[in-house]
Amino acid sequence: MKLLTAEKEGTLMVRITGDVDHHSAPNIREEIDQELLKTRPRELILDLSGTDFMDSSGLGLILGRLRKARELNCRLTVLNPTEQIVRILRLAGVEKTLNIEYL
Amino acid sequence: MKEMVNCARVRFPALGENEGFARLLTAGFLMHLQVTPAILADVKTMVSEAVTNAIVHGYRGREGKKCFVFLELKFYSDRTLMITVTDLGRGIDNVEDAMEPFFTTDREGERSGMGLPIMQAFSDSLRIRSRPGRTVVTMRKKLP
Ligand SMILES: Nc1ncnc2c1ncn2[C@@H]1O[C@H](COP(=O)(O)OP(=O)(O)O)[C@@H](O)[C@H]1O
Ligand SMILES: [Mg+2]
Repeated sequence: MKLLTAEKEGTLMVRITGDVDHHSAPNIREEIDQELLKTRPRELILDLSGTDFMDSSGLGLILGRLRKARELNCRLTVLNPTEQIVRILRLAGVEKTLNIEYL
Repeated sequence: MKEMVNCARVRFPALGENEGFARLLTAGFLMHLQVTPAILADVKTMVSEAVTNAIVHGYRGREGKKCFVFLELKFYSDRTLMITVTDLGRGIDNVEDAMEPFFTTDREGERSGMGLPIMQAFSDSLRIRSRPGRTVVTMRKKLP
């Protein structure tokens, strides 16, 4: 798992690579939350272009960040999820409430 | 009559890193079966959910080297894949409740409670037999 963060003009971009499962999620969560509290962005972008696999632990991670972002008045965008990830988001009924973008 | 074409049975300790190992094993098992990336992703997701549940719920509080998860894969001549994940852990109190979307007994861990509903949606059938000391999850999927 590699996590890259970049911040510009109030946007925190987090690129999550590799597999997101119960084993990897806690570290990713901690890194994102630390960065969120440090930079206080207006928008958090979770870039999933390099996320090869995600299961319901990843769903928990995304929903948790959505909650956290709302508390901080921050908008959450999910960028370039794979079809498998979208199916999981759809099953959870959050595909419509989440801001999903493709570049 | 359908015949069994290939099978594998693996036993590994209930360690988080073995979630990825179980997915890779499954991908390896399917390697020669000409499955699309989408089907492969479905099957890996099903295995990942079941194995994760065995580790984090079945063996809650005692994950580690002395607790084992059993993963069994069977492939039949009609292209049916059977996946069985067994743990010898605490068991599921109420399977019907557990199947409900968003139901989880682990609030702190940011579990989504969507593992079992995902396993059900991604497979053709999901069967759970559970009692204290043994949980057996069987999933069937016909590969196109
Ligand atoms: N192998 C298992 N052993 C014991 N309990 C389990 C097992 N699998 C699932 N459960 C129970 O079913 C609930 C729902 O499981 P699931 O839908 O995967 O959601 P989550 O893993 O996010 O809690 C779990 O919270 C747990 O209480
Ligand atoms: Mg689960």
